[in-house]
Amino acid sequence: MPNENGAQYVLELRNIEKEYSGNRVLNGINLKLKPGEIHALVGENGAGKSTLMNIIFGMPVIQNTGGYKGEILLDGEPIEIKTPNDAINYGIGMVHQEFMLMSGFTITENIKLNREILKDNAISKVLSPLLKTLDIPAMRKDANKALKELGMTVDDWLPVAGLPVGYMQFVEIAREIDKENMKVLVFDEPTAVLAESEAEKLLQAMKGLAAKGISIIFITHRLDEVIAVADNITVLRDGEQVGAMTREEATLEKIAQLMVGRKIERLEKVSSTEKSEETENILSIKNLHVHMPGETIKGVNLDIKKGEIIGIGGLAGQGKVGLANGIMGLFHSTGEVYKDGKLIELNNPRKSIENKLAFVSEDRRGIGLLLDNSIETNIVMTSMQIQDKFLKPLLGIKAFKMMDNKEIREHAEKYIKDLDIRCTGPTQYTRRLSGGNQQKVCIARALTLEPDILFVSEPTRGIDIGAKKLVLDLLVKLNVEHGMTIVMTSSELGELRSVCDRIALIYDGKLQGILKPQDSDIDYGLMMAGKPRTQAKEVI
Amino acid sequence: MKNLWKRSVDRFGHPKVYCTLFLMLLLVTAFFLKQNIIGLIATSFVRIAQNSVLVLAMVPCIISGSGPNFALSIGMICGALAGCISIELDMMGMPAFLTAISLSIPIAVIAGLLYSVLQNRVKGDEMTVGTYMGYSIVSLMCIGWLIIPFKSPEMIWAIGGKGLRNTIALSGRYDKVLDKLGNITFMGNVIPIGTFIFFGICCFLVWLFLKSKTGAAMLAAGDNPKFAAASGINVDKQRTIGTVLSMVLGAIGILVYAQSYGFIQLYTAPLYMPFLAISAILIGGASIKKASIGNVISGVIIFQALLSISLPVINGLLPVGNLSEVIRIIVQNGVILYALTKAGGAE
Amino acid sequence: MNAEIKIENKKNEKLNVLSILSKYSVPLLFTLICIAGAVLSGLTPKHIIGDVILRLDRNLFLVIALIIPVLAGMGLNFAIVIGAIAGQIGLIIIKFMDVGGVPGILLAFALATPFAIVFGFGVGKLLNKTKGREMITSLILGYFANGLYQLVFLLFIGTIIPVNNPEMMLPGGIGLKNAFDLDLIKYSLDNILDFNVMGVKIPAFTFILVALLCVFLQFIVKTKLGQNFRALGQDIHIADVAGINVDRTRVIAMIMSTVLAAWGQIIFLQNIGTIQTYTAHEQAGMFAAAALVIGGATVTKATIGQAIVGTILFHTLFTVSPSAGKNLFGDAQIGEYFRSFIAYGVIAMSLFLHAWQKNVAARNKEKLEQ
Repeated sequence: MPNENGAQYVLELRNIEKEYSGNRVLNGINLKLKPGEIHALVGENGAGKSTLMNIIFGMPVIQNTGGYKGEILLDGEPIEIKTPNDAINYGIGMVHQEFMLMSGFTITENIKLNREILKDNAISKVLSPLLKTLDIPAMRKDANKALKELGMTVDDWLPVAGLPVGYMQFVEIAREIDKENMKVLVFDEPTAVLAESEAEKLLQAMKGLAAKGISIIFITHRLDEVIAVADNITVLRDGEQVGAMTREEATLEKIAQLMVGRKIERLEKVSSTEKSEETENILSIKNLHVHMPGETIKGVNLDIKKGEIIGIGGLAGQGKVGLANGIMGLFHSTGEVYKDGKLIELNNPRKSIENKLAFVSEDRRGIGLLLDNSIETNIVMTSMQIQDKFLKPLLGIKAFKMMDNKEIREHAEKYIKDLDIRCTGPTQYTRRLSGGNQQKVCIARALTLEPDILFVSEPTRGIDIGAKKLVLDLLVKLNVEHGMTIVMTSSELGELRSVCDRIALIYDGKLQGILKPQDSDIDYGLMMAGKPRTQAKEVI
Repeated sequence: MKNLWKRSVDRFGHPKVYCTLFLMLLLVTAFFLKQNIIGLIATSFVRIAQNSVLVLAMVPCIISGSGPNFALSIGMICGALAGCISIELDMMGMPAFLTAISLSIPIAVIAGLLYSVLQNRVKGDEMTVGTYMGYSIVSLMCIGWLIIPFKSPEMIWAIGGKGLRNTIALSGRYDKVLDKLGNITFMGNVIPIGTFIFFGICCFLVWLFLKSKTGAAMLAAGDNPKFAAASGINVDKQRTIGTVLSMVLGAIGILVYAQSYGFIQLYTAPLYMPFLAISAILIGGASIKKASIGNVISGVIIFQALLSISLPVINGLLPVGNLSEVIRIIVQNGVILYALTKAGGAE
Repeated sequence: MNAEIKIENKKNEKLNVLSILSKYSVPLLFTLICIAGAVLSGLTPKHIIGDVILRLDRNLFLVIALIIPVLAGMGLNFAIVIGAIAGQIGLIIIKFMDVGGVPGILLAFALATPFAIVFGFGVGKLLNKTKGREMITSLILGYFANGLYQLVFLLFIGTIIPVNNPEMMLPGGIGLKNAFDLDLIKYSLDNILDFNVMGVKIPAFTFILVALLCVFLQFIVKTKLGQNFRALGQDIHIADVAGINVDRTRVIAMIMSTVLAAWGQIIFLQNIGTIQTYTAHEQAGMFAAAALVIGGATVTKATIGQAIVGTILFHTLFTVSPSAGKNLFGDAQIGEYFRSFIAYGVIAMSLFLHAWQKNVAARNKEKLEQ
């Protein structure tokens, strides 16, 4: 249905490209949105979905990094979106994944936040428009209209605090559709926080909005939802548009394969022979629950074999990161973890480390490093505190444990050499190191603990390509030469498939299955989307 | 020239550079006013020694991650109380001083432990809460000083009044026991060698502590609490150790101050004293997150020299009363403000 | 969707007696302390009431000046000391100009206002650099400004600022005297309209001014500006995303607070009738904050009602505690120390509870997000 301009599409993206400091993250993306269309955007983490949305929404991060290339057309007219305010003025809205609601404000006040209806009074005419009074009845009327449009019957003058989560989501949507001339609404993972019944209602509401002529871009990883509501589907992978199809053409398998498919470069492991089925388990995880915000694990059973590299994969927010954090005692967990058949006390980092587990955190700067301390202090700190190494008595009195500077220096220098940490010396502050070298310091700290099992989370995040390979090679070398068992968590499936012996995939806090690196892309895609094929062979 | 300026500001921080320049300006002015420079410097030495341990008290607290100890007045009250007890016991000289110190330590440890219970619940807001906690304890102790049943006639009002005096003279007790220990006079001026040695010992002990296993754990807890927790370090415990140490040093510090000054000051005297110590360490180049013994030494030297020299010099220039006190207020609070803006928002 | 019913139920639960008690626990506690103090003091009710009315007249305006920053999420503005300084500058100037009576005080208001606006702007700018640490910054800023104020009036007057008025200046011709009288404007506001009720003087005009201020505040809350303040108080990050100019709104809040404090200090001093040049403003922030908190306000929530109740309670305590201390312990000093302990202690408690709740909430939030 062409609109007043005669243009067929309300929003059209043509050949969008975006680079972050020479690193191409979007390459030739085309997207056409008809009025009233629900268009699903699917892809793994890092596929470029959020960058694309940032461009559409005029987020400062795009302008600050040199803008984008390509054309955006609104109703057939080329436009430039430089700020979020531009986007709003053009009629583009966004429903955020995390609620942007003021809990102490009423529903109406939230819907009308910074768009309050005002009326003049004597003082405002003289002094400043800021002193115009709020027209509460008019605001409530508008709010009620928007709520009604979504099929909500709730008192609009209630505070948002205490509303059920599903309601909050609807208030967010009400705020967007209350904006005049709303044409395009972006939903960023809107069902991630909702219960199933609530999600069902949301999808209904989306269909309702589309029927009223609002176009919707729907970002999600729940493929069944895509099939259920989307008119058209675009699949992104590594910044490329790898697929575009209508609902009729789409199948779960097809989307899954497109999402994941890539050629895999397998790092050659000297003894990369298939680990035999009989290899003993070094770690048994039974019914583990981890309460890590945003990465909850809801009951995982997993056996880790001695001497293997096992990968933990899955989409962001599904819980893969929670697994290692839970076992290492950093977030509250319940369940049982046995090492060599012995139960490990949970929720106690000290006990985990004493049991010869070591962890290189995904949050390198947040948890992994003492940024304002030297490399050597970083490397030995944990070992010193837990294993009482690198200490010497003061004047022969055993009770006074002093740092043994000489031993610390020697140890640090050894690791700087072994891991090739580029620095001015062992006393340099880690804040000044590059990402790759910081990561090596973290690994050195973990290795200093002489662990039986090394947990590594997102080992290559925020590291340039050359350093990435070095870090992965190092992990393989540790595994091959020292027989170290490695549990590697990563968002980059390709990376996992290149170094791991087995890959466990986590979806919605649960283990979906374990795949071999060589298994098909479809299997990977379906498992990551929580829809494993019944015939998927389990290699447990 | 411009380069040198930028380099030194980068290396030492604005407060240190500005205060040093101001200090030099004062010295040059003193020279032109034909004032007794040696005498000025000697007075500075006394003031530096007087305040040294109080400034050192900031180190453990900052390093353990709870920021400058704005409630140091609590430690000072513990020290003053111990000082009074040693007089009540009718002790004299060095034994009196040492008794006061050994009494002050357990009192300060208890106070520090109690205060830590509060402090560990308000992470991120230690400074605001600490300031007013300090204020309230000082005013609560005002009632305490009134009703504590001390009997020594040197300490209670001679006639009529109730409770302890505002200032208790230490002459005949342990006035200048440390200052006069080395007994060195230089051109008629006493150099408080004993106090400097005592300060040196305190610094050495703190330095030694920071090099110990516990010291390292404290450092880690202060630099990155999450890292510390992941390494099996009990962050709250380390913060408690830092605060207790700070309170103990505060108690010892006020006794060192008192012996040098010749009086124990009670009632509202400790109210604003923490600010003095805080600005000294900040001038020395510390921030609200990082401090070292070097910061203490250079900070106390620059700040106290500035204060003691500014008084005669400014009065020599302008016969306006109290101007050096005004300078103190401006420098002291300006430095703290600068450190607060430097630390940026909490988010 | 039947959430209304659930929420309706919740509302009803709130109405039970215990929750009312806990909601008003702070003012109730202090009411009890005040009653006990009043009985112990042996002062006549007439004396107490007269004294409290006098102190309300002096202080209420200053206390109310604290409300806007609390609303805007900036906590207790201890930097109203700087507003008080602006007020004193106005008064000092009219003293130099020797303009008395109602014209004099109006001139003082007019002269103080531009100073207060400039000062408030500066305070706001600085507090924008220290978000999340506003209270400690405003406290230290108050001390710092006090230093600058002393520098100006001790040194610059008579040197850089060429004035000559032996009556006000120190003997050397440089710097202002430590104190001088304000006879020329004493009671000039209070006496515009006042009446006696059973021997207690009621300065009605000043109270009318306070009432006007209250009406003005109520008005502000209902405007766009007020809504912006409230939004900032709720969540500064969301307000920012919603397109509210956070920094500018905070600066406006500080300017308003500073101007009100300047006027409040003028009202305070016209009633006292003398000005302690270098100390009159020092405690303004602390006493006002204590009064507000005693009324049941917190670092994040304050109303006009709390300001009024708090000021009444705090100053009742001020009036009765020396006599009560004397009767109880035989020493008026104890009562005086007790009231300063209350002032500091209640602020410390309020700051502590606020910070504690913030810590607990942060921890709970992590748990909820699972």
